[in-house]
Amino acid sequence: MSAMETAPAAEGRTPLMTLAGVSQVFDTKAGPIHAVNQVDLSINPGEVLCLVGESGSGKTTAARMAAGLAKPTNGQVDFDGTDIWSMNRRDFSTFRRSVQYVHQDPYASLNPTRTVQQTLTAPLLKHGVVKGGKAAAARAAELLTKVDLTPPENFLTKYPHQLSGGQRQRASVARALTLDPKIIIADESTSMLDVSIRISVLAMLGRLRDDLGVGFLFITHDLAIAKYFGWHGKTAVMYLGRIVEFGPTPKIINAPTHPYTRALIDAIPEPDPDLTKTKGLGSLRSLEIPSLAHLPPGCSFHPRCPLFEGGLCDGVVPELVEIRSGQSAACHVVARDGADVLRPDPPAT
Amino acid sequence: MADTIAATDAASAIGTTGVSRFGGILSSLRRSPAGFIGFVIVALMVLITAIVPFFTPEVAPNVKEILLPAGTPGHLLGTDNEGKDVLIQMIGGGRTVIFVGFVAAAISTALAIVLGSLAAYLGGWVDSVVVTLTDVFLTIPQIVLLAVLGAFFKLDSPILLALLVGGLAWPVLTRAVRAQVFSLKEREFVEAARLLDLGTPRVVFVEILPNMASFILMNFMIGVTNAIYQLVGLYLLGLAPLTGSNWGIMLNRAWIAGAIFNDNSLAWILSPIIAIILLLLGLVMMTRSLEEILNPRLRDR
Repeated sequence: MSAMETAPAAEGRTPLMTLAGVSQVFDTKAGPIHAVNQVDLSINPGEVLCLVGESGSGKTTAARMAAGLAKPTNGQVDFDGTDIWSMNRRDFSTFRRSVQYVHQDPYASLNPTRTVQQTLTAPLLKHGVVKGGKAAAARAAELLTKVDLTPPENFLTKYPHQLSGGQRQRASVARALTLDPKIIIADESTSMLDVSIRISVLAMLGRLRDDLGVGFLFITHDLAIAKYFGWHGKTAVMYLGRIVEFGPTPKIINAPTHPYTRALIDAIPEPDPDLTKTKGLGSLRSLEIPSLAHLPPGCSFHPRCPLFEGGLCDGVVPELVEIRSGQSAACHVVARDGADVLRPDPPAT
Repeated sequence: MADTIAATDAASAIGTTGVSRFGGILSSLRRSPAGFIGFVIVALMVLITAIVPFFTPEVAPNVKEILLPAGTPGHLLGTDNEGKDVLIQMIGGGRTVIFVGFVAAAISTALAIVLGSLAAYLGGWVDSVVVTLTDVFLTIPQIVLLAVLGAFFKLDSPILLALLVGGLAWPVLTRAVRAQVFSLKEREFVEAARLLDLGTPRVVFVEILPNMASFILMNFMIGVTNAIYQLVGLYLLGLAPLTGSNWGIMLNRAWIAGAIFNDNSLAWILSPIIAIILLLLGLVMMTRSLEEILNPRLRDR
């Protein structure tokens, strides 16, 4: 429950991490690819920030820049108020240890030649968190208990190939916890797990969020998971490298102010087939996602947008503006007419 | 409370895996028959050439017993053109060859690992320098270079020979290691190790390299065989000083003396050849089962 208390309090605090006007351009034979374009994000201590978007929307690239694994082509990544790419060695090393990453694929993110214990004790010993092999092993066992791998002695001597997908993902979360990070970047960390295991891993992550006060940058393509995990935090919706909507998660889910978010929510299947049939997926003008190499002019969502107005949407890229308190969207039509133009009930087709 | 108890239990259970690891190596060696036979051949040859010469009589030239055929009482494999016993020479002649083979391979493998992995991991100018260096070494014909160096230096100590052979053999493996590390360094577990700030030496040598341990060990074995070929070739061509006795020197002397044309001296020229072939065969066969030992995934099956 502590997250509920910290979330409003966090408003006044300085953010732990800020991405300011960050862009990443990849040069390819087909021309420059604007994977991430002018993204602004900030994460407060202990806060959950969900980054939602379909594949190719740039959410992983944004996360890699936040983790310091990729240097932005433009813009600045600040940690504790300092630009990470102009930090001295010592500060950068502190930043490295404070921001940890849980990868999507638990089959690739653990070293196949190292046992769970070796994986967990290496950072503990290297950074002097504990002294001596015995203390390190004890701490590793404690971490395994935290991620529900119990009894820990059954798992310490295991190699990754001896663990199931869910157990591996828990082990990689335990590894991310070894250095007491302030932010954990979870990049689709549950998308490769079976549904039954996904919920228990999410619950475990939620417990870490509440008990340890770790901030999360939680990346997912599934709004339902963002809703489940980031209810007390904020959500940013990305489309083709830009943030199209940003706000507190409950508002994004219940009252979206951008037509793309509206479409995403409409795409969530309902248990009732009659209800699903009447939903507004058909209101999208096209189901094809434009290529990142040839972005449409103006708002990149305009070829698909049900609110498209010629001359307005295909001219200038819309800015992210506040539509309701704390909730902003990048849409010319909504900015002009208000969020009511996004009818909750679709037209009968 | 329960956590800490469980944790100390786990901690005390950890030191016990060393013995079972060794047992695991033996059992996986036994599982592949060819590998086991190879291992036995190599182990026996190393032991025999290392220990038996202490108990064999000194071979001295003896004009009364020149070129005795194989099977002569007292001289199982006959004698050479100076009347020296071939069997004793054969037993004692493996020492230098095996020593130089292994040390040279160790030198070239170590150089290749360090240069190749750092070039790939660090990239930039380190990579350019290493690649240029390997290109230069690869374009020089090695046997000619060895001949020239053999003329300049007195190659009478095994260490010097090993340095020379090993110092020339690293470029090919360096290229292979570099290519492997290029692919391994993009793996997510390497990224995770970087995020944990484990430091470049640790990431390269503890996280990345063990993933190619079997590849490296196989190349080490191939390096041993290549070094032995080069060494014997040096002796056969007379490019290294023919003092003392080893398989290469035996071959050289038997070849110069025309032993191949004399029925009585057939065992003289064949015995070093057979010894070398047997050793190399053993090494190659042994290499097969090493993959299983070093890959934890295969070890458990």
